[in-house]
Amino acid sequence: MSISQIINGKRVIVKKPELLAPAGNLEKLKVAVHYGADAVFIGGQEYGLRSNADNFTLEEMAEGVQFAKQYGAKIYVTTNIYAHNENIPGLEEYLRGLESVGVHGIIVADPLIIETARRVAPKLEVHLSTQQSLTNWKAVQFWKEEGLERVVLARETSAEEIREIKEKVDIEIETFIHGAMCIAYSGRCVLSNHMTARDSNRGGCCQSCRWDYDLYKLEGDEAVALFDEQDDPFAMSPKDLNLIQSIPKMIELGIDSLKIEGRMKSIHYVATVVSVYRKVIDAYCADPDNFVIRKEWLDELDKCANRDTAPAFFEGVPGYKEQMFGVHSKKTTYDFVGLVLDYDKDTGIVTLQQRNFFKPGDEVEFFGPEIENFTQVIETIWDEEGNELDAARHPLQIVRFKVDREVFPYNMMRKGH
Amino acid sequence: MKKPELLVTPTSVAHMEQLAQAGANAVMIGEQRYGLRLAGEFSRQHIIDAMQVARKYGVRVYVAMNALFHNDKVDELSDYVRFLSEQQVDAIVFGDPAVLMTVREVAPHMKLHWNTETTATNWYACNYWGRKGAKRAVLARELNMEEIIDIKNHAEVEIEVQVHGMTCMFQSKRSLIGNYFEYQGKFMEVQQMKYAKGLFLYDKERDNKYPIFEDENGTHIMSPNDICIIDELEDMIDAGIDSFKIDGVLHEPEYITEVTKLYRRAIDLCAENREQYEEEKGELFARIEAIQPTHRPLDTGFFFKETVY
Repeated sequence: MSISQIINGKRVIVKKPELLAPAGNLEKLKVAVHYGADAVFIGGQEYGLRSNADNFTLEEMAEGVQFAKQYGAKIYVTTNIYAHNENIPGLEEYLRGLESVGVHGIIVADPLIIETARRVAPKLEVHLSTQQSLTNWKAVQFWKEEGLERVVLARETSAEEIREIKEKVDIEIETFIHGAMCIAYSGRCVLSNHMTARDSNRGGCCQSCRWDYDLYKLEGDEAVALFDEQDDPFAMSPKDLNLIQSIPKMIELGIDSLKIEGRMKSIHYVATVVSVYRKVIDAYCADPDNFVIRKEWLDELDKCANRDTAPAFFEGVPGYKEQMFGVHSKKTTYDFVGLVLDYDKDTGIVTLQQRNFFKPGDEVEFFGPEIENFTQVIETIWDEEGNELDAARHPLQIVRFKVDREVFPYNMMRKGH
Repeated sequence: MKKPELLVTPTSVAHMEQLAQAGANAVMIGEQRYGLRLAGEFSRQHIIDAMQVARKYGVRVYVAMNALFHNDKVDELSDYVRFLSEQQVDAIVFGDPAVLMTVREVAPHMKLHWNTETTATNWYACNYWGRKGAKRAVLARELNMEEIIDIKNHAEVEIEVQVHGMTCMFQSKRSLIGNYFEYQGKFMEVQQMKYAKGLFLYDKERDNKYPIFEDENGTHIMSPNDICIIDELEDMIDAGIDSFKIDGVLHEPEYITEVTKLYRRAIDLCAENREQYEEEKGELFARIEAIQPTHRPLDTGFFFKETVY
């Protein structure tokens, strides 16, 4: 299938990649779908790699699947642990449950789970997880022959390598475009096991790679420090992945699914990142030959970033500038302060759920899939009973105030600081 | 009683001969172009020489091809596999399915050992790779004794367990040591420090020293302790574990040889004269402790540790 065609004298992309977003809970799932994700990956109560996340019950998954269906979006469930013997009992029932609530597919690393899913829940698509660290076309060929529908490549693969894989093997390819990532080959790191007795390959990763260490060299039995007092310590914390500039190249390569990392991230993060990549993909596919990355998209991504970002391996082997030394995170520049529930066009009054403190006189920004971002200075705020408030102080409190332009349910309000 | 094979990792062909004399039944060798974290670098000529030693002593030779391969090396895998097949090595150790596919194509009778290190964690996965062509699975070192024995009880393939030495905790494709020196602006030192020997990361909170090194496969971080369970072999021998490995990576050849001799004694006694083993095992342990480098404490790895998640 060709990637693009000339239609009415203009080249357009006919093979549009799936935009795949993370969701740590039902609310985030709905936001991701509403903001333009074609598919969402979520974790269940077991067999996933984020044992600290909220994770979905089967009932919540069923609701998520139904919600996604209205938008034509798909739900995948991460079941990508490397299981130990003790995880085998219960697996069949778990996979049957996923199939029964209408989940589209699962993301898997362990052959135990691949084959069990085939046997007991054959309607589930099986996608090979990045935990397998797939780095070459011949290994991809192996998994195709095993009958998998899709593989998620290792984050260590370059654009050129992906091009060759695409040429040689006819299978769906999914790659990461945005978010935090392992600095090790995924699945090949057990730092957490050693340092905290938590199994990194079963969801217990405590991110020991983001800690500071001191580098020494043994001279005989003596340890010599390879740093001075004032030096930053040895660190191996990677900057977060950001491939917004590479999306055109990824689309032209025919990559089937572009994946955003972050099941632990906030709904504000999910909404912001999904909406930006939605716009980038749509704009490129509609008119690839006149496409430019708009500055407001880059600014928008920056509003929810809690680390510096870099393109990593897709554009070549990353050097020291794509790691973080000394400072490991940065403060986000914006707070998510409210979620729009309703808007009355006649009165211009918004009904909004408070998510963080704001007060009259604050300048806020609204964004969402139906609107262009705009700023607004807040005037009088009322509660649900119409009492005037000196500030919106209470989490999840329902408040009302005047907004000059039309907003829509699920639009978000953020405030700079 | 069935005796497990004693598998060790020589640093050179000459060292391999010493290990054979010390009682090793098998060796794992190879070069970093295809294998991970080897005790020594064995070129093709070294492999040819190693096969001579192997025939003389009746030692089996396994060659490491357990790297994670990128496209650039895929095409040359068949030539290396063909070479190993011609030399009649006893098995190829693999992790990447690309090696399995290549062996099927060019040397279908070659024995394969599945060894990804961290991901061999349940008996089903071991048997899966067995059905794909592996004769042996090398278990993850993050398993406890009960899990290992349960895997053996369900296994349709041979089971190999590391009983001594350091283990890999982390592999990155990035040049993490080189990057640190570049970050500090010490550009002149990058090439020298990247491949320096004896580097380690110090973890103040745990007072641990983690060896770190770079090679063609990226940056590797190793465990702070050497596993030593020379005095805890009974259950695994009773369960019929097929191979015990001593990994000598980052150790001196004399140390590896001495450890091999002591495990030879321990395995023989444990299988043939359990009473004597019980009596002597404490002393065998003490003799290893006596030659242990000061910065490498011994421990029992994950054999008796509970891991949560």
